[in-house]
Amino acid sequence: MSQNTRSNPAFFAVIALLVFMSVGPVILMLANSFKLDVDIISGTGGLLFLPTIQNYETALCDVLWYEPDHLDFCALKFGGAFVNSLIIALISTVLTLVIGCMAAYALVRFRFMGRDTVSLSTLMVRMVPPAVLLVPVFGLWNNEFCLDKDGLIGGAIRDMVGGRGDVCLAGTHSGIILIYVAMNLPFVIWILQSFIVQVPRSLEEAARVDGAGPFQVFFKVVLPLIKPGLAAAAIFTFRIAWNEYLLASALSDRNTKTVPILIVNNMSEFNVEWGVIMATGMLLAIPPIIFTLMASRQIITGMTAGAVKG
Amino acid sequence: MRTAMANRLTPYMFMAPAVVIMAIALLYPLGYMVWGSFRDWNPSQSIGEAEFVGLKNYITLWGDPNFHESLGVTLRFAFFVVSIEMVLGVGLALLLDRDIRGMSVLRTMFILPMMIAPVVVGLMWRYMYHPTIGTFNRFLESIGLPKVDWLGDHALTSIIIADIWQWTPFIFILSLAALQSLPRSALEAARIDGATGWQQIIHIKLPLMMPVLIVTGLLRLIDAFKVLEVILVMTNGGPGLSTEILALRISRTATEFRELGVAAAMSNYLLILLLLLTVAMFAFTRIQEARAARLRMAAEDD
Repeated sequence: MSQNTRSNPAFFAVIALLVFMSVGPVILMLANSFKLDVDIISGTGGLLFLPTIQNYETALCDVLWYEPDHLDFCALKFGGAFVNSLIIALISTVLTLVIGCMAAYALVRFRFMGRDTVSLSTLMVRMVPPAVLLVPVFGLWNNEFCLDKDGLIGGAIRDMVGGRGDVCLAGTHSGIILIYVAMNLPFVIWILQSFIVQVPRSLEEAARVDGAGPFQVFFKVVLPLIKPGLAAAAIFTFRIAWNEYLLASALSDRNTKTVPILIVNNMSEFNVEWGVIMATGMLLAIPPIIFTLMASRQIITGMTAGAVKG
Repeated sequence: MRTAMANRLTPYMFMAPAVVIMAIALLYPLGYMVWGSFRDWNPSQSIGEAEFVGLKNYITLWGDPNFHESLGVTLRFAFFVVSIEMVLGVGLALLLDRDIRGMSVLRTMFILPMMIAPVVVGLMWRYMYHPTIGTFNRFLESIGLPKVDWLGDHALTSIIIADIWQWTPFIFILSLAALQSLPRSALEAARIDGATGWQQIIHIKLPLMMPVLIVTGLLRLIDAFKVLEVILVMTNGGPGLSTEILALRISRTATEFRELGVAAAMSNYLLILLLLLTVAMFAFTRIQEARAARLRMAAEDD
């Protein structure tokens, strides 16, 4: 039976259609990001057109080493936003992984809390939509998580950065990083647990007999063995931190804007410059696309570990 | 002696950073939100300055037709998205569960939509749905059909389609993994007994996949209530309130109308709704499991 269906042309047509449907919009965006707005609006050419990098030049004008001819004023500060996104996503990924890994290890190996409790509470925390966190995080980061400007550290920072008021978490990179780490931790702990469970206990005991302390066992024995899990967790954390819009928009100021905020702000203008917007969108999409192409196996492992084993 | 002490403290040391961060940045904010939802609170005040108004925010929302509309949109969106995606995703998994050369390439392409930022997904679909320059209307025009006002009259359908595009692969991949880990012996036995393809699917594959399918559906349902950016970019809740799901309404209440107390109360309603759904799903699974166990016991008694 399976022999018949395998050579069935209709079956291949279905697959081709599926691939076309899932990749098509991305290709379309890529193509449009190399078109001038006139061409996008008039719709001439379809896939046959003269590619131009003008849109990318407009988007990246604040980091280019030359001044593009078609531009007299650099309005879009994409480069700065890209750097912000990179800083926030990378630091929060590293922090989440280190902290989550330690917690997952403790939960599995020392069993002072049931695995079910953790799975359940992870699910509960995963249930909380970012929109629900918006109000309290906005309030707390602006009003409560502050250093008094008259205090020692707060005063020093205020003197360094300038401005009035107290020194608050809102508007800083660390403020956004903190909420991302907290948001991603449950998921990372959940995934890593399912990998750590598979590390044979005897290996660790052997290391301990040889005189390794608990930290050495963790870093030298356990960590190398759960690399695939770490990769999966890293990609998922990075993806969320890189793509998130809502909380970043509530917490960032002019200097800490991330790329998604920039795109949404430009989309809500009356006249959408499609070419430039598509170019920025493409730039935002490129890192996750690269990850997907390079590490799809790990991504799939991570996804299935989260649901199938959890 | 000291090493023993250190060993006993190790788990707590390993746990401490995670616990501290989650307490500060998740649990405390949630508590803060509940507290704030009883207040008449605007963004320029700190919570202490805001006036305590008791249950007023909740009662106002309970009688607010716009809130009802938004709740209805959310539930409709979640229901259609999850059920269509489950059917499509599981169907595709059953269809493609055979050794095709290049399956890993296929899967890579299918996960691409999920990895791209929701903001960018919204951007792509907003372009494709555009009334004059969009891909769909161009296509309809070129084959001589009338144009469709995608993000106008059919806004909810359009955002449902976009979400199906992005998330069906998630269900496809999880159910494919579940399918491929099914015990071969059961399928083999069925084939020897002469079960047709459909009979195998309905009586063997689907029941065996059920636990994974339930978890998958639950995860997808939870995520469906979180969708915000795609809709924000595509329609910003419009036209009217036709696509304003609760998450979007919360963020607009907080940022545009500057009523943090009401937004907090709305967040609480959303949380309670999600909690009820999760608990209901769990209870349902437990009942199913218990029934299956009873049936098995009965079968063994015979």
